[in-house]
Amino acid sequence: MNLVRSHVLVCGGTGCTSSGCEKLIKEFDVQLAKAGIDKEVKVVKTGCFGLCALGPIVIVYPEGAFYSMVKEENIEEIVNEHLLKGRIVTHLLYDESVHEGEEIKPLNEIDFYKKQMRIALRNCGVIDPENIDEYIAFDGYKALGKVLTEMTPEEVIAVVKESSLRGRGGAGFPTALKWEFAAKQPKGQKFVCCNADEGDPGAFMDRSILEGDPHCVIEAMTIAAYAIGSNQGYIYIRAEYPIAVNRLQKAINQAKEYGLLGDNIFGTDFSFDLEIRLGAGAFVCGEETALMTSIEGYRGEPRPRPPFPAVKGLWGVPTILNNVETYANIPQIILNGAEWFKGIGTEKSKGTKVFALGGKIHNTGLVEVPMGTTLREIVEEIGGGIPDGKKFKAAQTGGPSGGCIPTSLIDTPIDYDSLTKIGAMMGSGGLIVMDEDSCMVDIAKFFLEFTVDESCGKCAPCRIGTKRMLEILEKITSGNGTVEDIENLKDLANTIKSSALCGLGQTAPNPILSTLKYFEDEYMAHVVEKRCPAGACKDLLSYVIIADKCKGCTICAKNCPVNAISGEVKKPFVIDQDTCIKCGVCEGKCPFKAIVRQ
Amino acid sequence: MKSLQELEAIRNKTLNEIHMRNDRTEGIRIVVGMATCGIAAGARQVLNALVDEVKKRNLSQVTVAQTGCIGMCRLEPIVEVYMPGEEKVTYVKMSPEKVARVISEHIVNKKAIKEFTVGSAEQQDKEERE
Repeated sequence: MNLVRSHVLVCGGTGCTSSGCEKLIKEFDVQLAKAGIDKEVKVVKTGCFGLCALGPIVIVYPEGAFYSMVKEENIEEIVNEHLLKGRIVTHLLYDESVHEGEEIKPLNEIDFYKKQMRIALRNCGVIDPENIDEYIAFDGYKALGKVLTEMTPEEVIAVVKESSLRGRGGAGFPTALKWEFAAKQPKGQKFVCCNADEGDPGAFMDRSILEGDPHCVIEAMTIAAYAIGSNQGYIYIRAEYPIAVNRLQKAINQAKEYGLLGDNIFGTDFSFDLEIRLGAGAFVCGEETALMTSIEGYRGEPRPRPPFPAVKGLWGVPTILNNVETYANIPQIILNGAEWFKGIGTEKSKGTKVFALGGKIHNTGLVEVPMGTTLREIVEEIGGGIPDGKKFKAAQTGGPSGGCIPTSLIDTPIDYDSLTKIGAMMGSGGLIVMDEDSCMVDIAKFFLEFTVDESCGKCAPCRIGTKRMLEILEKITSGNGTVEDIENLKDLANTIKSSALCGLGQTAPNPILSTLKYFEDEYMAHVVEKRCPAGACKDLLSYVIIADKCKGCTICAKNCPVNAISGEVKKPFVIDQDTCIKCGVCEGKCPFKAIVRQ
Repeated sequence: MKSLQELEAIRNKTLNEIHMRNDRTEGIRIVVGMATCGIAAGARQVLNALVDEVKKRNLSQVTVAQTGCIGMCRLEPIVEVYMPGEEKVTYVKMSPEKVARVISEHIVNKKAIKEFTVGSAEQQDKEERE
């Protein structure tokens, strides 16, 4: 008889894996056995809970106790106190989750979760992603059953169309339209593909869904295949996501074992099979035509459209390609209906969006909010604000294809159209928060370095143009820029935007254009005054010792790695600007705050 | 997978195992005092019997949880039952045998067992002293 009375959920997402959750699970096994309760308590490795900054995270049910930043040595206490004696170890709980009276709050009352609405992430952190039964217990494969036994392919497309679901990969193209185009092509071989080639710096939404709930993507792809009349699918995922690849493969195997993939699913004459294709991690392979070229075994380069993939895609046959998060919404739309989905979000952007919250923010992690939630709500309420009492300066959405949202627009509702209107873009969901110490020219340079690296080189505007833009940015940040450079930069950016072959090149100038739009004064400060207002560009910066404040204690001189500081004891010291490498060590070490950046 | 029934069967079977992960279920909560005093008096067997019984009867709306010392160590093992919208009922000096009755009479048939409660234990004490 199985007597499980308590479940210990340990986050097994990539974030918590790197902060050591594997060790915790082992230690739980050891300590539970030692206490003699290993048969009563079940340890489950789940997907991402979202609060990555506080990892590794452990949640104990039925109490719902939320332990954060758990260390190996805490496990013994949790086992002996909480699991054996029923006394929750309050000092290890996440502060936010405890009421003043030491009563535990339910998870959905914690600030971080309160404003969230989890549709794509509904099972992440709740189920064991490696156990298909748990997915089924939370209504998994029910939508597929409904589709195959009660609906025609046309009805499936009609529901998705009615729900107004738009692609979550970035451009926001209506999902049902793609399906409809592909379905209308003459009968014959067709393919269903999933884009899991998430590559923007700081984005990990798709990875977390695949790690936490791989079956929902498999189920949705099978539904899509039924809708367009396909019998074969491919998930294109980067090999850099080993945990996701591993769990996805296990999930596919389990689904095949249960007959949820393969021939005659649910006793119908519909058959569908699914395979993983590993990508080598080239950003351009997130572009649909390049992705398909890569699946075919060729070098991942885009080709001009039309013909669109829905007409002529993988191996020249009609193919649909959707992003992981888009698929994750499908089973819920089928089960709850289009009306339910349409009730969430704004007029033209329905449903929710997952964001990977990063940068200068308290609660780094994964959040899912209804469309139309303002940036302020995400940053201040869910994200917990900016650490160290610094001020919010801007948020960058959409990674290297997106733009910046300045403080003045912090109340912008986050949806496809509002973001495009202000020159940013939804993108796949990376949201990087910047504070007053971030230099906007430097940020633009960072993203340009990325696109220059990742440009496939097929078309000249992107291959040569992005490189030239980067050179100009380097010139500006090193203090050698001129006002003319800024004009050239604008010219180049607009030309590349309208002439590049694929989405990568067309959107590459966005970080420059949007920072120029909202922070042109910062660019001007770099070229005219040769000054970096945020104090981030090293070449435009010098450290000096204020003679009046310096007590001649010699601490700075002792800590300087290049011996650039000299002076006589008890007299003001001096920094030799030619030797100084601007590492900032002295500023941090000075007990009298006598060293300043200029 | 050949039919929807098969899927439903897996769903129901697994749901019983993992329903406790729903935050603050609306249903009934049974809490066992599992401090040193409780464990010494045999709370572990009581707890296991409760979990066992709940599982046997497929009572998916019931959560069995544990708590620390309830304070009346001499009356351990103590079990408290929280029914939505009702005063909590505290059972004392519990045993695996008593558990079966609590589940069938109180949890399933909604009739608290007076003679097991703390009130009746105190009454008994009083009478003995007199």
